[in-house]
Amino acid sequence: MSVIYILCLRQCKRYIRARARIIGSLGQPILFLVAMGFGFGRTYEKAGGGNYIQFLAPGIIAMGILFTAVFSGIEIIWDRQFGFLKETLVAPVSRLQIVLGRALGGALVALIQGVIVFGVCVVAGFRVEHLAYLPVALVFMSLISLLFTALGTAIGSVLEDMQAFPLIMNFLVMPLFFFSGAIFPVQGLPKALAIAIHLNPLSYGVDGLRGALGHGFIFGLGVDLVVLGTMTAILLGIGSYLFSRIQL
Amino acid sequence: MSHMIEVRDLVKKFGEFCAVDHISFGVPKGSIFGFLGPNGAGKTTTIKILTTILKPDGGVIHVNGHDPVREEREVRRSFGIVFQDPSLDGDLTALENLELHAVLYGVPSKERAPRIEEVIKLVELWDRRQEFTKNYSGGMKRRLEIARALLHVPPVLFLDEPTLGLDPQTRNHIWNYIRALRDERKITVFFTTHYMEEAERVADEIAVIDRGKIVTQGTPAELKLKTQTQSLEDAFIALTGHAIRDEEASSIDQIRAFGKMWGRR
Repeated sequence: MSVIYILCLRQCKRYIRARARIIGSLGQPILFLVAMGFGFGRTYEKAGGGNYIQFLAPGIIAMGILFTAVFSGIEIIWDRQFGFLKETLVAPVSRLQIVLGRALGGALVALIQGVIVFGVCVVAGFRVEHLAYLPVALVFMSLISLLFTALGTAIGSVLEDMQAFPLIMNFLVMPLFFFSGAIFPVQGLPKALAIAIHLNPLSYGVDGLRGALGHGFIFGLGVDLVVLGTMTAILLGIGSYLFSRIQL
Repeated sequence: MSHMIEVRDLVKKFGEFCAVDHISFGVPKGSIFGFLGPNGAGKTTTIKILTTILKPDGGVIHVNGHDPVREEREVRRSFGIVFQDPSLDGDLTALENLELHAVLYGVPSKERAPRIEEVIKLVELWDRRQEFTKNYSGGMKRRLEIARALLHVPPVLFLDEPTLGLDPQTRNHIWNYIRALRDERKITVFFTTHYMEEAERVADEIAVIDRGKIVTQGTPAELKLKTQTQSLEDAFIALTGHAIRDEEASSIDQIRAFGKMWGRR
């Protein structure tokens, strides 16, 4: 237990100390919030969609979490490069404890980042409609954090260097974000796009978050929770397995 | 004399290439044992096998009476290691690096603070304990890594080129600690180095490995006598030849170069 705790604590300390990273990873969500939120706001309203910021904010929160979580997982590559990974891998503890500590720490960091983005959204004019549902929103934020940290961990365990990082950003993380319903409603879309959105676990996170924050569920609270929970468990399993196979 | 490390017929292959080819040796308890060889001779591979990082393809090994393959956990508790490359977390302070290690190695929480204080004072870094280790010099990092390796009071200490790239003052300093440790705590030290004069000065016993085979084993004096040479350096060259060995840059080296390019640390 204490092993998981100390590795978790390490991730949090590293995050708090890397102020440039916190600010840097806020840039993209803020950019999307401002450019899209205010840029498309009028059009969206005229089309009868209501307040666009109210619609967009949960998607932007999910985006902030997604980026931080995947990156936290991929940090394994840096630890491998700077040698710290060896220190943990020759310790007399199981790899499962190490990977769980890392994943929980990474998820916690992503969750904190999500809360910060949440704050930014409120500043930009986002209003929570039912405060009683806030804990539900936090549950969804935590699930998204853990799911994508596990995904990052799985990727980081397989890659040996950062060469593939742009590839992951452009062909995995960005599509996950764009095809999740984070920035547009998922109803009435072309078939192919609708299928992609239904296959993307982030869609259920965005839907859950949006539902909990007062905009109504599309897939339903139960479906969102079951899909996210199952995917998190599966990816944690895959991540742990791949991590346990790391050779130095 | 009983042996702390016992290796018989150890084999490790990477595909067709036989990195370690049926080697056998013993490291007496409480000795400082030098494992020497040219680049690519199989030194680091052997250390990796002894420290459970790599699995051997054959042979019998005992470290502190345990088998690194079947009793991984027990072996890991038995040794402290200073790797060839640094392995500290630069974004943590010296103290935090040691605390993390203490938890990983299950040092009881009551003993953590006094033990950390003891080892960090031993390497004379107590005054700098609150600093981030990324701001440490190479020598300070090495000293901290030695302190860390001693934190869980292991009977064996593995040092893979512990003084690589350090100035003579720091090297001298580090070896003085290690000798004092051996004298006071009866710890067994297994080290590799390319500095022959260093090995000659500190090692009680030396094994020379070349192309995956042990060429000879004995005290520095025995090795010189055997080769009819004046220094261990000459003896080493007499035993392993003049040819320069090439080693391919490992993938880790490549990542490191890439990391530098992107300006991390």
